[in-house]
Amino acid sequence: MLSILRMLMSLLNRRFLKQMAIMFLQLLLCLFVLGSASAADPSGAEAASASDMPWWAWPLILFVVTFFLGIVAVLGGVGGGVLYVPIVGGFLPFHLDFVRGAGLLVALAGALAAGPGLLRKGMADIRLALPVALIASTAAIAGALVGLALPTNVVQTALGASILGIVAIMMMAKKSEFPDVKKADVLSTALRIHGVYHEVSTGHTVNWKIHRTPQGLVLFILIGVMAGMFGLGAGWANVPVLNLLMGAPLKVSVSTSKFLLSITDASAAWIYINGGAVLPLMVVPSIVGIMLGSMVGVRILARTKPAAIRLIVIGILFFAGSRSLLKGLGIWN
Amino acid sequence: MELKPSATVQRKPPATEEQLRYARLLRLLMRTGLVMLVMTYAIYVTGFLSPHIPVQDLSRYWSLPVHEYLAATGLKPGWSWVQLIGTGDYLNFVGVAFLAAATIWCYAAILPIFLRKKDYIYAAIAAVEILVLVAAASGILQTGGH
Repeated sequence: MLSILRMLMSLLNRRFLKQMAIMFLQLLLCLFVLGSASAADPSGAEAASASDMPWWAWPLILFVVTFFLGIVAVLGGVGGGVLYVPIVGGFLPFHLDFVRGAGLLVALAGALAAGPGLLRKGMADIRLALPVALIASTAAIAGALVGLALPTNVVQTALGASILGIVAIMMMAKKSEFPDVKKADVLSTALRIHGVYHEVSTGHTVNWKIHRTPQGLVLFILIGVMAGMFGLGAGWANVPVLNLLMGAPLKVSVSTSKFLLSITDASAAWIYINGGAVLPLMVVPSIVGIMLGSMVGVRILARTKPAAIRLIVIGILFFAGSRSLLKGLGIWN
Repeated sequence: MELKPSATVQRKPPATEEQLRYARLLRLLMRTGLVMLVMTYAIYVTGFLSPHIPVQDLSRYWSLPVHEYLAATGLKPGWSWVQLIGTGDYLNFVGVAFLAAATIWCYAAILPIFLRKKDYIYAAIAAVEILVLVAAASGILQTGGH
């Protein structure tokens, strides 16, 4: 495995990185054509089987797509789920119900894999995570139940609108390395949510605390509902709320957010599993693809300009969100 | 925020006892779950065990909404997949369910630590979270379909 990764890395250069975005968009367009042919008429089971491709081609395609998504997600600083659902749901023939189920499991697997390291190093804070997770996971169950009950076009439209909203948040949201929290609020004091954070790069030790905890918890209801309804990981929303609103240091926010996904997405994933919305043929290549892609992405990260990659991610999300919105509205089927 | 240099080089342990226990168990469960997922998938796609739905027929169903898919394939929601565990496709649900349940076991592992420390608020939060996750996993919470 390591030798394969090293070989891949040796092939990587700046030209490759510049071409990667173009290749990925071309791949999406090809998939869209294939997907359209495969699901020409989703109204009937027989008619939906118009694909001439062998069955094994689809897991292979999913693996390639999710491998790219894994790279892009790491470089763009987003979770895999937020890219997976709009792109696979918008450009491949799988129904959105199965895509959301797989999306949650993809986000869950990534969070489970990252969780132990983040907890061991003390980057993710369990006292901060547990109350938030209880709110978000309960809301995610409600979101998943509602999402599976609503008509597909409504969910697809809402998903598209949400993805475009996420694009806006990504473009506008600022980050604060060490937010200025003058006084901890009553609730966080009662829950003893505070910590000591040692920044290795500067050698400073920061005592952190949080404020505006009740407002943050209310927002996590909304975040949980959206995560469950659309099968998205919710890192895009967790981090701004933990960091900008509640005042946790950025690295603590990012790490705690990743750990949170392992709880929020687990509760919603169970609703999709028990609802029958999990296709094993989709799930495993997606999880393996995004994990291997993330490993490669981490190694590329040092050589890239994050701002440029982030713009590419925003562009891809805008494209996929628009596609989802127009598909939901019946304008671009 | 004003940065406070670490004047006294007292190194606080990087993680609390409950974090470390959670991390250790999660790592074990996650690795086991991933191995199960990959192994059961290999059994599925190599045809070592016959699937409940033949793989070449799957493309007829995967573009259908889930309730139509269930009706067309004669499957039932909830834990009925356990009865089909001997088939190649539903064997995969063992790994999926194992990974999805990992969080429940981790919470159960840290609950006694909170109780021992007399941290009753966090013990209650952990206990309620276990109930929430078990309720989600039980299959009693189901939607009517669309």
